[in-house]
Amino acid sequence: MKPAAVKPAFDVEEIRAQFPILKELVHGKPLVYFDNAATSQKPRRVIKAESAYYATINANVHRGVHTLSTKATEAQEAARETIRKHINAKHAHEVIFTSGTTASLNLAASSLGHLLLKPGDEVLISGMEHHANIVPWQMVCERYGAVLKVIPITDEGELEPRRRDDATEYFNERTKVFAITHVSNTLGTINPVKELIAEARKRGIITVVDGAQAIAHLNVDVQDLGCDLYAFSGHKAYGPTGTGVLYGREELLNVMPPWQGGGEMIDVVTFEKTTYAKLPFKFEAGTPHIAGIIGLGEAIRWMEDYDKAAMAAHEHLLLEHATKELLAIDGLRIIGTAKEKVGVISFVINGVHHYDLGTLLDQQGIAVRTGHHCTQPLMERFGVSGTTRASFACFNTVEEVEVMMVATKKAVKMLR
Amino acid sequence: MSGTLAQTQQELVSEFAMFTDWQDRYEHLIELGKDLPLIAPEHKTDDNLVRGCQSRVWLNAEYRASTPLSAGTVHFTADSDAMITKGIVALLVRVFNDRTPQEIIGASTDFIDQIGLRAHLSPNRANGLSAMVDQMKRYALAYSAQSH
Repeated sequence: MKPAAVKPAFDVEEIRAQFPILKELVHGKPLVYFDNAATSQKPRRVIKAESAYYATINANVHRGVHTLSTKATEAQEAARETIRKHINAKHAHEVIFTSGTTASLNLAASSLGHLLLKPGDEVLISGMEHHANIVPWQMVCERYGAVLKVIPITDEGELEPRRRDDATEYFNERTKVFAITHVSNTLGTINPVKELIAEARKRGIITVVDGAQAIAHLNVDVQDLGCDLYAFSGHKAYGPTGTGVLYGREELLNVMPPWQGGGEMIDVVTFEKTTYAKLPFKFEAGTPHIAGIIGLGEAIRWMEDYDKAAMAAHEHLLLEHATKELLAIDGLRIIGTAKEKVGVISFVINGVHHYDLGTLLDQQGIAVRTGHHCTQPLMERFGVSGTTRASFACFNTVEEVEVMMVATKKAVKMLR
Repeated sequence: MSGTLAQTQQELVSEFAMFTDWQDRYEHLIELGKDLPLIAPEHKTDDNLVRGCQSRVWLNAEYRASTPLSAGTVHFTADSDAMITKGIVALLVRVFNDRTPQEIIGASTDFIDQIGLRAHLSPNRANGLSAMVDQMKRYALAYSAQSH
């Protein structure tokens, strides 16, 4: 007997219809876009919101008394409130707009370094970090004489477990900052950040989470996670490029020194001394990417309309299907087999260079990422020079995974 | 070697014009890679790596001095760990190999576009084609200074 018809959580065809780019042809073939971990495509609503700002209310924010400036300010601040609610921050002023995760993490590292790093102190990261969560910390460690420590990664692509007999293995009395990725961009691993943050906070360690790969796929609740800072980009979550957020706990942001100086971030400027504006403006020097921020607000509202959990379930289906099908290819090895993963699948094939495979997939209309994915230390850990990575979004389909499988087999045949 | 540098370029363009479909074009490119004059193992060093390619490309150049009968020429050998890249290097080597430094420096590279490998000419840092051409021209420039 057939089970009773269940209303699908969402209709993927209906979702696809909202992404104009999915109608494009690449080399005369329908685009199959599997590079969402680099940047996701944008639904029409987001594109419209961004252009409507320029067409109807373009003006600088927080500056003028005129009507357009007021409207632009209201639209930008509405986006801030949308994001606050979405990540469950206590206050809207805990949401700082940046140009992306990289800028958010540079702000965090630069400001925290100045606030608390002394010679001999340690900053702890993991072996699966993106360069954006490695290099800024290296730079401040060098500046203040601190030391960068790294949690090792297992063969499955998970954090090396902490030893039961020594609960403090990751952390010690010198650890001042713990900066960790929520989800690995290369492996897809979802890290148990909540537990680790709880451990770190017990020891008075400041916690920073790189949420670039999490925000479009997981429900992120910063109060529940308990982190001090949480960074993410808009463009990986169906929003415009050049937008990002650094969430920070109010008490911490209040004592963190500003990162960049300029307009908007000041209270009173004299040549002798400048006093800074209140949160969040203290960290938002210069004119922000107003159109992008408005687009980002719309992207978040769009995701909320579709229920992230349903999107994640759909992406998980694609991941399982792709994993099963790929493993049937002779000599294929998946890099990143953690128990908890988002829809990211990185692989290498014996005798096939990732650049060749990426090129031949592109000829067949399929966009994947090849290379080291800005995680060179992780590549070294797995003994590979790069991988081919497919990363899924809610608009991808099982049929597209099938297209990739046929195309991959064809490419492998040509290359062997 | 037969013909001028421009003739070799034209030959390649005609060769690739026979292929109407991407698969044949790339299969031919991969085949060309198999004829590449391979770099000697002792020259496969980090110093000979061409910067700006996602795959690794090693390129070596040797100057063969002029004799009373012939002008001095540059001899290239190369290798890559990716097959398509190897095919592209082979294309370049076929055009530029054993030419005088002046010929190499003055050569246009429009033929690559005409062959239908435009994607490999893009400013994408994954594609090192322009880096390879630059490197070959730099060698030629160095030898041209030497030969004067």
